[in-house]
Amino acid sequence: MRSVFIPVQWGRDVEIGQYFLPGSLKEALEFLAEQEGKAKVIAGGTDIIPGLRKKDKKGRVETLVDITRIPKLNFIREEQNRIVLGCLVTHAMASNSELLMGKAAILADGARSVGSPQIRNIATVAGNLVSGQPAGDTSIPLVALDAVVTIASSEGYREVPLTEFFVDIGQTAVDPRKEILTQISFRPLGPGCGGSLLRLGKRKAMALPMLVCAITVKVNRNRDRILEATIALGPVGPTPFRARSIEDFLKNAVINSSTIAEAAEGVAALCSPRDSLLRGSCEYRQEMAKVFVRRGISQALEQVRATIS
Amino acid sequence: MKMFCLSFKLNGKSVQLSVQPAKLLVDLLREDLRLTGTKIGCREGECGACTVLVDGQPVNSCLIPAVKVHGREVLTIEGLEREDGVLDIIQESFISEGAIQCGFCTGGMILNAKALLDRRQEPDESEIRHALSGVLCRCTGYRKIIQAVKTASRIRKEGRGNKG
Repeated sequence: MRSVFIPVQWGRDVEIGQYFLPGSLKEALEFLAEQEGKAKVIAGGTDIIPGLRKKDKKGRVETLVDITRIPKLNFIREEQNRIVLGCLVTHAMASNSELLMGKAAILADGARSVGSPQIRNIATVAGNLVSGQPAGDTSIPLVALDAVVTIASSEGYREVPLTEFFVDIGQTAVDPRKEILTQISFRPLGPGCGGSLLRLGKRKAMALPMLVCAITVKVNRNRDRILEATIALGPVGPTPFRARSIEDFLKNAVINSSTIAEAAEGVAALCSPRDSLLRGSCEYRQEMAKVFVRRGISQALEQVRATIS
Repeated sequence: MKMFCLSFKLNGKSVQLSVQPAKLLVDLLREDLRLTGTKIGCREGECGACTVLVDGQPVNSCLIPAVKVHGREVLTIEGLEREDGVLDIIQESFISEGAIQCGFCTGGMILNAKALLDRRQEPDESEIRHALSGVLCRCTGYRKIIQAVKTASRIRKEGRGNKG
């Protein structure tokens, strides 16, 4: 059977020189620094392990540093009006969290769409971010929620807002050879705020998204104006996309169907997704972006019981 | 290359062995421990045939370095059968409902079903479909598999059959 795999770009076996299980964050960071770029962080491993089987050896590492035994990193809690997730929170935990379902449902919903139950049991939300894909099922809602991540290295901690986190496909502000993303935080959707998450995929499960659109809105007391909104989409480019100019357009906008239609047209015009065999053609996804923004804003408004005149 | 002293519980029994860091759990189970009930369909975490339960949770053993189960409890499909050879209620239900054709996905289906029924006594059809969404079957069309899970749930609830 071995010979079947040789001509193909995937190898059967992976190569790992050493597998280290640190017991604390300090131990992990010091070890990473000592290894000088030859080690890589692994949590769930659902991206890393298949990546190691690529024959071009780009994913090959000498040492894997498994952070899943470090205590106290799988929390989901609310503190000082922010929701904070530790880096070991799995997609299963996020999708079942009462706190998230109540105050950040778009994140819980996004986590529920990833892969399969088996994948969700081990894959972490932080890992979804670090994988740097333009349409992570949790990255897009987190971008719409204006999340901030904390990144640790042996030199200390720094905070990076998600809007500055994604550099290119597969590349983020985190260098997994010396840094660990330790937590994700964002403001919960409070009273007067609604959110929606729409996803287009080829199948009901085990499917990468063709288009993901996360929207949050905040309305005034009369519920006839949008005070502010966030609109995040992917994949429509190399990184998750925030439709800033449309968000500006919606600031203090009167809630009616023509405003919503104009916003939807505006977003579609800003998107330039490539033609993709995997994710759909450019025209189709632009059209779907328009549909999703229109539906998404309506659904988010419905959540706060604002009527669309 | 540094070998790792792995110690874990497998189907109720303690196991210790020295493993290479690159050894994946599915290969350890199938090749080193000769438990071939766990199947390999894709090695990508897409088909679910390699499902095992780690601390009661279904995971794809093709994606997990064996080292990751250090100190954990692993249940493979072989572990469902009792010492005296009596099958688990879920296994019996799959047989009685005709939910097995080639049998390749069956281990994955049964273990995911077990994880569901262990935490939810009477799942409805959409919950069953959701729980099994990570295992692909090319033979049966899924209908009898879902029926088997419903039957197993009913038998477990009524307290009938062996307590497997």
